[in-house]
Amino acid sequence: MTVESLYPRLEPLLAQVQKPIQYVGGELNAQVKPWDDVAVHWALMYPDAYEVGLPNQGLMILYEVLNERPDALAERTYAVWPDLAGLMREHGVGQFTVDAHRPVREFDLLGVSFATELGYTNLLEALDLAGVPLHAVDRDESHPVVVAGGHAAFNPEPVSDFVDCAVLGDGEQVVGDITDVVAAWKEQGRPGGRVELLARLARVDGVYVPRFYAVSYAADGTIAEVRRTRDDVPAKVGKRTVMDLDEWPYPKQPLVPLAESVHERMSVEIFRGCTRGCRFCQAGMITRPVRERTITGIGSMVDAGLKATGYEEVGLLSLSSADHSEIGQLAKELADRYEGTNTGLSLPSTRVDAFNVTLANELSRNGRRSGLTFAPEGGSERIRRVINKTVSKEDLVRTVTTAYANGWRQVKLYFMCGLPTETDEDVLEIAELAVEVIRAGREASGSKDIRCTVSIGGFVPKPHTPFQWAAQASAETIDHRLRILREAINADRRIGRSIGLRYHDGKPGVIEGLLSRGDRRVGRVIERVWRDGGHFDGWSEHFSYQRWVTAAAEELAAFGVDLDWYTTRERTEHEVLPWDHLDSGLDKEWLWDDWQDAISEDEVGDCRWTGCYDCGVCPTMGTDIQIGPTGRSLLPLTPVGR
Amino acid sequence: MARTPDGPPPPPTVQKLRLRYTKRGPLRFASHRDLARALERALRRAQVPMAFSAGFSPHPKISYMGAAPTGAASEAEYFEIGLSARRDPEQVRVALDASLPPGIDVLECVEAVEGSGSLADRLNATRWRIDLPGVDADELSTAVQAFLAQEVVLVAKRTKNGTKDVDAREAVVSAAVAVEAGCAILLVVVRQLTPTVRPDDVMAALAAVADLHPPLPARAVREAQGRLDDSGDVADPLGPDREASSRCQGEPAQV
Repeated sequence: MTVESLYPRLEPLLAQVQKPIQYVGGELNAQVKPWDDVAVHWALMYPDAYEVGLPNQGLMILYEVLNERPDALAERTYAVWPDLAGLMREHGVGQFTVDAHRPVREFDLLGVSFATELGYTNLLEALDLAGVPLHAVDRDESHPVVVAGGHAAFNPEPVSDFVDCAVLGDGEQVVGDITDVVAAWKEQGRPGGRVELLARLARVDGVYVPRFYAVSYAADGTIAEVRRTRDDVPAKVGKRTVMDLDEWPYPKQPLVPLAESVHERMSVEIFRGCTRGCRFCQAGMITRPVRERTITGIGSMVDAGLKATGYEEVGLLSLSSADHSEIGQLAKELADRYEGTNTGLSLPSTRVDAFNVTLANELSRNGRRSGLTFAPEGGSERIRRVINKTVSKEDLVRTVTTAYANGWRQVKLYFMCGLPTETDEDVLEIAELAVEVIRAGREASGSKDIRCTVSIGGFVPKPHTPFQWAAQASAETIDHRLRILREAINADRRIGRSIGLRYHDGKPGVIEGLLSRGDRRVGRVIERVWRDGGHFDGWSEHFSYQRWVTAAAEELAAFGVDLDWYTTRERTEHEVLPWDHLDSGLDKEWLWDDWQDAISEDEVGDCRWTGCYDCGVCPTMGTDIQIGPTGRSLLPLTPVGR
Repeated sequence: MARTPDGPPPPPTVQKLRLRYTKRGPLRFASHRDLARALERALRRAQVPMAFSAGFSPHPKISYMGAAPTGAASEAEYFEIGLSARRDPEQVRVALDASLPPGIDVLECVEAVEGSGSLADRLNATRWRIDLPGVDADELSTAVQAFLAQEVVLVAKRTKNGTKDVDAREAVVSAAVAVEAGCAILLVVVRQLTPTVRPDDVMAALAAVADLHPPLPARAVREAQGRLDDSGDVADPLGPDREASSRCQGEPAQV
């Protein structure tokens, strides 16, 4: 069956919309394979605007891994802005892929990567534009199997009506397993229809098919039980873990768009997982154990990627890049290799540590020393013990001062507000800290031309973390604390003018909280919001708090629960959580103990340095931390542009 | 005290190249900023030894000029680059063309010859071909006649500071109608004034004087860009460099 391109019908519409280049594809390193040459067709979606979705590493990796298979093809699709969506509806043009402009409706699978829950309404919009029934139960064999992945898929219950399956953990290997299952089922003439296909998928390690699990509720609104409805699916679904990152050096050919995107650089993931144990951090919890790419593996990815893209900057990506066992040597050898080539190297936001200034100095050896970012996350030493991100105030001020003394003009500090046990005083300490940093920085650098930007957002408790039981702070609490912080920073204008404050109000965080820790009943709220015109909820100009509040009140009333019940309510130890049947490897008892330790302000160490503290991941998943040093060095290379 | 970057200044420009490239197919939807990004990355991939500006934030020495609007295709876009080491222009053209996506094709590359004047000065007019599917050729001819008969045709143009009335007639040097494969085509030579009169503005002017409203979006292609010559057509802007360099053949190129 040949599938026709929608481009001839789309093209006249593009002349009438904003930034049409985002819809035409043709990016450097994009691929188009003949439809009839392969058995399995994947549409991969990032449910946000192209400029946000294109640089997403996860999607880029899967796109390449799948397209390397001779029996599969993968094309990409992104959320369409309302101007084009309106024209597409008017002219009957369905959701399309940007690669060959094929209709999403015709693909075997639609994989959607959820980095954040605020993309859920965009999934509904895309399904509707594609002509795919919103509810999984209404789809037949001719419709794509909708697969959710990404970090939010560790609690897919709020979207369980709309997705056919969710994949837990690393995607590189499981997409191949899914492809095999779909290829075999099609080859055999689709025996047993869609239900049989989903049953086969449910037996793939890491794949969760919500329809085969029934949820019942107790009188108080909590979950009574989650029970599988077939005995050939697992009672508890585990996550997938790629153990040797050097075997998966993707993306090898990173996509380079013509349009401007949010990350105008190439990224190389230097390790996956984190063992720092920051209690708020879902990414750090669900991606354990730590698996490092070797220094030589990183070196060849940087080299190949720069040649394939022409980017001027490489970001060394991970959850805590300065923790790589060979980072010092890596920074030095990469800086040596690219000296004099106008190639920038950067680390994402790092822990507050003097070593990180040394690293940043090394990486910026031949270029700009514009800005450096640290993430202390909590304003006071007390709250930093609660979240297990311990750094003393003296060390913090000393580190930032060192940065200014080394010629960095601009330091950005990331904080959260509304953390468990937090008081006004904890947040006000951020102002003291910033003032202290500017005072010491002016002295150390001998210049008034230095700036400190405080960036702060409301904390959202996430599943599979020690804070999964915590009460989320209300929007009013967040907004109050941000207000007093702003006043405190502005109290002394002579210092305050060197301090910038960037913040988000508390309302979107409340909705993110509802979606993060929600259960299947929340699906009705999502659908209602979308039907009332909600989408692009990650964009302040499109997000409507009132629309969510109204929908939650009306759709949840029948169940005897409400928005507060999902957000500001603290959970008890033995409450069945909506994601308890989904296994991130973390032992629930360990998470509870760590939650109790948080309340008593007790820290835990990093298992990379201080020994195992029994979080449960390695024994459950049959894994172990994989770190160097390897003792190897980067080979001398003649880089591009010397 | 003003800060200065450490280290020696970047190597100077030793050769200037002038290039003509296209914006074809779906890439007509690229904006001038999209094209600039794509060209800069392609220059790096092609290992063209770019000269860089000095300072804390060094930029490659590239000048873009007269970019066609987003949505309009082009056979005649121009830019100039400064190199820190000499290269054969044709080899640069081939390497750069190979590293650009299909649709952005590098058609010509010549060395800018000292004393031959600036490239921007040689770009003051465009010959547009505007395909108007669904428009009757006779109706189009009537509209064009009506337009040419006017002294002034004001059209509202969106600018940074709201809308502004611009005279579309003054910029139009000539306008003719053709038919190809059943599709009416408007061929128009437009002077590049400030603010620029674009194909959209010409169409707005035809709507204003003759109530011409195409049922489908017009498709414009910039066929040529250059200096308006005595015959009312546009001259090849790379001609002077080509002539000068052929005169110097066999001699070492001037630096």
